[in-house]
Amino acid sequence: MKNGTIITIENLAKHYPMGGGKFTALSDINLTFSKGEFTGIVGPSGSGKTTMLNIIGSLDTPSEGATNVLGTTSREMTPKVAATLRKKHIGFIFQTYNLMSVYTVYENVEFPLLLLKKSVSERKKAVMDAIQWVGLTDKIKSKPPQLSGGESQRVAIARAMVKRPELVLADEPTANLDAKNSHHILRTMEQLNRELQTTFIFATHDDKVIQYLRRIITLEDGTVASDEIAKQ
Amino acid sequence: MLKFYLKGLFRDRARSLLPVIVVTIGVTLVVLANSWVTGVLEDMVVFNARFATGHVKIMSQAYYENRGQQPNDLALVGTSSFMDSLESQYPEMEWVERIQFGGLVDAPDENGETRAQGPGGGMAVDLLSEDSGEIERLNLEKAMVRGRIPQSPFEIILSEQFADKLEVEPGDQVTLISSTMYGAMSITNFTVSGTITFGTAALDRGGMVADISGIRQALDMTDATGEILGYFPSGEYDDPEAASFAAAFNEKYSNPQDEFSPVMATLREQSNMAGFLDLIDYFKGIIVTIFVVAMSIVLWNSGLLGALRRYGEMGLRMAIGEEKGHIYRSLIIEAVFIGLAGSVIGTLFGLFFSSLMARGIDISGMMQNSTMMMQGVMKAKITPLAYYIGFFPGLIATVLGTALAGFGIYKRQTAKLFKELQA
Ligand SMILES: Nc1ncnc2c1ncn2[C@@H]1O[C@H](COP(=O)(O)OP(=O)(O)O)[C@@H](O)[C@H]1O
Ligand SMILES: [Mg+2]
Repeated sequence: MKNGTIITIENLAKHYPMGGGKFTALSDINLTFSKGEFTGIVGPSGSGKTTMLNIIGSLDTPSEGATNVLGTTSREMTPKVAATLRKKHIGFIFQTYNLMSVYTVYENVEFPLLLLKKSVSERKKAVMDAIQWVGLTDKIKSKPPQLSGGESQRVAIARAMVKRPELVLADEPTANLDAKNSHHILRTMEQLNRELQTTFIFATHDDKVIQYLRRIITLEDGTVASDEIAKQ
Repeated sequence: MLKFYLKGLFRDRARSLLPVIVVTIGVTLVVLANSWVTGVLEDMVVFNARFATGHVKIMSQAYYENRGQQPNDLALVGTSSFMDSLESQYPEMEWVERIQFGGLVDAPDENGETRAQGPGGGMAVDLLSEDSGEIERLNLEKAMVRGRIPQSPFEIILSEQFADKLEVEPGDQVTLISSTMYGAMSITNFTVSGTITFGTAALDRGGMVADISGIRQALDMTDATGEILGYFPSGEYDDPEAASFAAAFNEKYSNPQDEFSPVMATLREQSNMAGFLDLIDYFKGIIVTIFVVAMSIVLWNSGLLGALRRYGEMGLRMAIGEEKGHIYRSLIIEAVFIGLAGSVIGTLFGLFFSSLMARGIDISGMMQNSTMMMQGVMKAKITPLAYYIGFFPGLIATVLGTALAGFGIYKRQTAKLFKELQA
């Protein structure tokens, strides 16, 4: 891998079984990503954005081709290796927030650190920092049902960022948010990207997101139609 | 981490409260059922020992083999010296002689002609000795309806119903027509001293109680007796103890070649108690098995419902990097805590209700049971078994149910779980 490259994708294809045959969700994908990118995978619904993000995030595996994500290749990706990779190095943000409703904001953000077996004091500091980044210090004791959509997504960002991962994958993070909240969370992520050099990869078809991206990869029917540096 | 899981468990009522209630109810019922069955069984054993079998019983071998027919022609003979030797050999035991007798009971009119007649069966016991424990053992005082307990050899107690049928009152004469030990006809007059309620239909139809000395004379059974009942000093029937006691006795006194030599049978060996005792154990096994299976199924299903609700959470936890096996283990840990809570509460409830049943709810006080010879009280009895008979199955059922439900999740493809994240 080239210096600074953290992800390479070679000749990737993904098929899903369908009826008697198979459905090809992705094909002929060749891409590299470098540390510190703020990149979007853009395209209409069904173009394969989520599939690609899931393969990068080791939630799914390629049917053909190979990936190397933060030094782990798709060939060696057992469920255990994949879990470790996600636990240590990857943060996820979803359209539907996916917060655990019985836990407080603080506890939701703390969870990734419990999996990493961090000490109490390390956890406390990291959780408070992460909650501060997203501006929810006054809500630490609230539970998800008491939060607005924008607040929930900010908690999800704090949860993804709390372990300071190298890579954050955000799948349609603004789909359920209004304009004001969308801009708010994007500015937050942009700032974290600059301050912590965290690599962000989005899957989106939302113009509000696209205007923040520095690199835009366009998918059409499961193949890369264009890959360009955004003119800002 | 454990604390984190438990926090979630306690806050999610649907996940904790419902299963705990289910387990609690199940465990309570098992403990209660066990105490009740044990209590009833205990009562039956006590009852049998007192009225029919003793803890052990000595008969002639031939009598034992034909014991269904009250074969007094096969009675033990030379019993007064035999009793003396029993008492000196086993002084700690209590020995009592009894004769089962049957015959026609005839109520004459003032001319001595038969006015009413009916078949009866009776028990001859020692009612007249100062130190006889039989009156108390048979609960005679309380069971008397009219009149009094016999005070001389030729007085007899009839069941109230039998007396009604024969239209006799305490003080009236009746004639017992029976056969002697040697097969001759025996006709003896008795004075009805009182009437009694036995508490079982068969005996209340034609039951009698008389003093053994009178019956001996009537049936020509001098120095003979049908049965010698032995009671252990503890007052409790202990089957292994009784079995080894009987084996030692038979080794010493019994001669298989001589059908008139004495043989000792334990309570368990007599009548159908042996099968009954086994049956009770068998039923307990079935109750516990049914309980475990039924509870597991209920908890499996509630676990599946809970899991459906939690697919999102599972997918998320895996996305954050928790391994499937770890999640599965956390579900089992949750189940252990639910099972422990339900089993502890259920066992406490079960013991509490059992103890109420063991003393408080003695229905005999309200009903006329207490005045019967054979009290029909259904009392619960708490044995050490009660402390774990519900507890462990409760715990096992919870873990099993969760393991089955969790297995479904575990088998579910990872990608499908992640799909939930995008829903
Ligand atoms: N598990 C699956 N089984 C079958 N088809 C799938 C599966 N996941 C995705 N697809 C299909 O692959 C295509 C790409 O899906 P996806 O990556 O979710 O698109 P996007 O995120 O761009 O909307 C869609 O046509 C979708 O129906
Ligand atoms: Mg998608």
